[in-house]
Amino acid sequence: MAAEPWQVAEISGPVKAFVIQKPAVVVGMMRKAQRAVLVAGHLSLQRLKEGSALDYALDIAKFGGADFVATAHIIGEVKNRGYDNAYSMPAMDIAGRLQDAEWSGLDGKGRYDLALFIGLPYYMAWTILSGLKHRATHLKTISIDKYYQPHATWSFPNLTEQAWEENLKAVKEALRGVRR
Amino acid sequence: MENIRIKVDKVKTPSLHLSNLEITLGKVLEEEWEEKMGPTPFPTSTDLRSWDHKLLQKYKPVYLPYCDVCCLCTMGKCDLTSGKRGACGLDIWAQQSRIVLVACCIGASTHVGHARHLVEYLINRFGRDAPIDIGSKVGVEIEAPVTRLVCGIKPKKLGDLEEVLSYLEREIVQLLAATHTGQEGDNIDFESKVFHAGMIDQVGMEVADIAQISALGYPKADPEAPLVELGMGTIDSSKPMVLVIGHNVPPAAHIIDYLQDHGLMGKVEVAGICCTAHDLTRYNPKAKIVGPLSWQLRFIRSGVPDVIVVDEQCIRTDVLKEAQAIKAPVIATTAKDCQGLPDLTKEDADEIVKRIVEGQIPGALILKPEKAGEVAARVATLIAPKRMKFKVIPDVSVVIEWGKRCAQCKDTPCRRACPNDLPIPEAMDAAEKGDISKFALLYDLCIGCGRCEHACTNAAPIHSLIVASAQKQIRDEKFYVRSGRGAVQDVEIRRVGGPIVLGEIPGVIALVGCSNYPASGVEVAQIAEEFAKRRYIVVTSGCSAMSIGMYRDEEGKTIYETFPGSFDAGGVTNVGSCVANAHIAGAAIKIASIFAKRSLRGNYEEIADYIHNRVGAVGIAWGAMSQKAAAIASGFWRLGVPVIVGPHGSKYRRMLLGRSDRDEDWMVYDARTGEKVYAGPCPEHLFYAAETKEEAMVMAAKLVMRANDTAKGRAIKLSHYIDLHKKFYGVAPSDLHLFVRSESDLSVTIREEVMKVLKEKGWKEKPIPDPTLLPRMIRKEG
Repeated sequence: MAAEPWQVAEISGPVKAFVIQKPAVVVGMMRKAQRAVLVAGHLSLQRLKEGSALDYALDIAKFGGADFVATAHIIGEVKNRGYDNAYSMPAMDIAGRLQDAEWSGLDGKGRYDLALFIGLPYYMAWTILSGLKHRATHLKTISIDKYYQPHATWSFPNLTEQAWEENLKAVKEALRGVRR
Repeated sequence: MENIRIKVDKVKTPSLHLSNLEITLGKVLEEEWEEKMGPTPFPTSTDLRSWDHKLLQKYKPVYLPYCDVCCLCTMGKCDLTSGKRGACGLDIWAQQSRIVLVACCIGASTHVGHARHLVEYLINRFGRDAPIDIGSKVGVEIEAPVTRLVCGIKPKKLGDLEEVLSYLEREIVQLLAATHTGQEGDNIDFESKVFHAGMIDQVGMEVADIAQISALGYPKADPEAPLVELGMGTIDSSKPMVLVIGHNVPPAAHIIDYLQDHGLMGKVEVAGICCTAHDLTRYNPKAKIVGPLSWQLRFIRSGVPDVIVVDEQCIRTDVLKEAQAIKAPVIATTAKDCQGLPDLTKEDADEIVKRIVEGQIPGALILKPEKAGEVAARVATLIAPKRMKFKVIPDVSVVIEWGKRCAQCKDTPCRRACPNDLPIPEAMDAAEKGDISKFALLYDLCIGCGRCEHACTNAAPIHSLIVASAQKQIRDEKFYVRSGRGAVQDVEIRRVGGPIVLGEIPGVIALVGCSNYPASGVEVAQIAEEFAKRRYIVVTSGCSAMSIGMYRDEEGKTIYETFPGSFDAGGVTNVGSCVANAHIAGAAIKIASIFAKRSLRGNYEEIADYIHNRVGAVGIAWGAMSQKAAAIASGFWRLGVPVIVGPHGSKYRRMLLGRSDRDEDWMVYDARTGEKVYAGPCPEHLFYAAETKEEAMVMAAKLVMRANDTAKGRAIKLSHYIDLHKKFYGVAPSDLHLFVRSESDLSVTIREEVMKVLKEKGWKEKPIPDPTLLPRMIRKEG
């Protein structure tokens, strides 16, 4: 559970992400958030034992009341799963807009105060989260990827695939329970 | 009238002994150019600042800091997180832009330094009066569009380029000075200087390439430049072999000359890696290209090279260590990369050859290209029988042995050191069981950095294991690339200028840059094929041009065999090495000159405004890695041409992104009326990292849209954008309302379907302006 970047040379600086020791942290953050958005990259199509990372991400967004943004080319996969309210936006675009404290969100109803990330290439998420750490002081960020992201506010540590899936499942189930 | 120059070879009197005296008495400007001088010849960084600020108002920097601190002076390190300022007062945004400027200065100085070396070498060899001719026989009259535009001069002779180089060097010094502690403090002004560095870089590249095209007999704007062999599988390992690496061709050219002069051509293999390879095949198409810069480790370790000649740029800095492992000597040939070797420039060639072949020294620094060429050729023939192609790539049995010895470290340091997160532990695990196929699969995905080996706790030669497992792929690595043709002909511009500006040719897609790909280089070939089939104009250069060739279609043909080399719809045009990128910018500039009859001479702002609003060109640097790539991109930004990089490009620290949701950012002047009108987000971004190749293709199709597109042109562009979006995303794009100005912007086949969606979004018809960002271009009087 050490706060070590996955790519070993990616040393961030003085401010590093808190390690998520329990999935309940994610649940608590989502419950506390006024407006949350979940950003899923193309690597979320990765198959896990009981579904893809994308499937978990969609459920977490749905049960946690977060807007959902599919980056890269995966919006078709999202719509095929019946999530018609999902948005498609390049990773760089959503990164830029989340940096803007004046941006009123994908639906124009107000800015986000929480953003979750999953499925971007490690180094791309790294740079995006860095930009948000420095610029978006109005925003908390959570990486629910398999690997530790030091520029997030909160991040899973480096996990085995099995542990990662267990964590995603725990978050999903806890949020589903909250929703009920 | 030219410079007045007096040259005295030798004078000997009782009181005077002179040799090689040369006196230049200045220059009398010759006025035989009908174009009037524009407002900004030889501009300083502030002369075009207002233009830069106009672009940067549309495309604001979105920062992605690569590091939270600044450590450039001894007051630091300074923590710049979340709004803190450093000891000098700089904030993290200006710091990011400062680092981008440093990178672009490095890139620009590299190209300009390269150009200076080439021009001096060629003047020394052919004289100052040797003519600049990059295609006069095929009607290339605008010999140096970038230089004309920036400097306001027409270079006619090699000697004319010296004045240009002096200007470039002066500007780079000024730009680099601005990065010192306590100088520039504003991030946008740093960005303006970044643009200036890019423009300087573009001129430097043009100087280098027009000089070498003119003097070294390269293809001159030839769309049918020869196809040359490409790939490790094309190298005949039974022959002595000279490998050249880098970008600066004179030593390599002299190797060819020596072999030809001594009847050895065909008996010795000469092949290159990176841009020297391009220029070598432009010099002589019988030479071969091994591959892009990421092919260095794999090819050296194969043991095939008998001698390695390095010149400059993108050379592995551990090349000597790698060469020593295969018992091959290294000959360094430029002051920029001496490799710690003894300087034997003044020593007799026979003696150098003897010392190298007898193993007294691991190689030599030889700063005279002719001597370096001779030594390399002679050493190769003499050392080859001794070396017997000694290699360090092991046999398959050794791969399996390493699999058994792998510690299977819990924290997988090999994988965590890999830039592309390749599953090396799984490959090791399979090798332990005798299965090398997982290692073989990594071959195409590996960028050849070798970081995995340094991270391995067992010191396993992981890169070599990958290469050893991919012997079949390597044997089959037999492809073709069209030799770099150089400039685009004026007549080609006459043919396509109108269709490009009107949008009937949907766009120009320039695939350029290094091979730091997020996955296989085949992705670049797939992008090229997709756009060539759709009859965009595809232009390419550098390592990307090689990667495009390393792919065969269903009929077993390479892209260069399938598509013509003409600058035309459906053509795939390889302009050449890195410095040939200037011809891509040159083509856009020539459209403004030849098609639109705009004056180029020292008229940067107007031409950039034209290109930005009218010429649907997009650069894709899918594997951009270097500071040179950053400088090349920034040269295109100042011309208003967007550049897409691969996901690793996010490490360039900032993007230049437009905000399509802010109508106020997309207002232009209608040059007919002077009114400010909404022109839509065209192009939407100026610098942008795409996550996947699919995203890059869809974004490229979007970024070719320009405010000036005619309805017919916009309809063609939108058709491709929609089709690519559906093909790769599985759904139609959701932002069409931003790009459809009237119903006639949609082709009949999709009009009804799209208009239904647009009307649901409250879409309203918009005018098509005669767009400009420059108030002085408004034609309305009063």
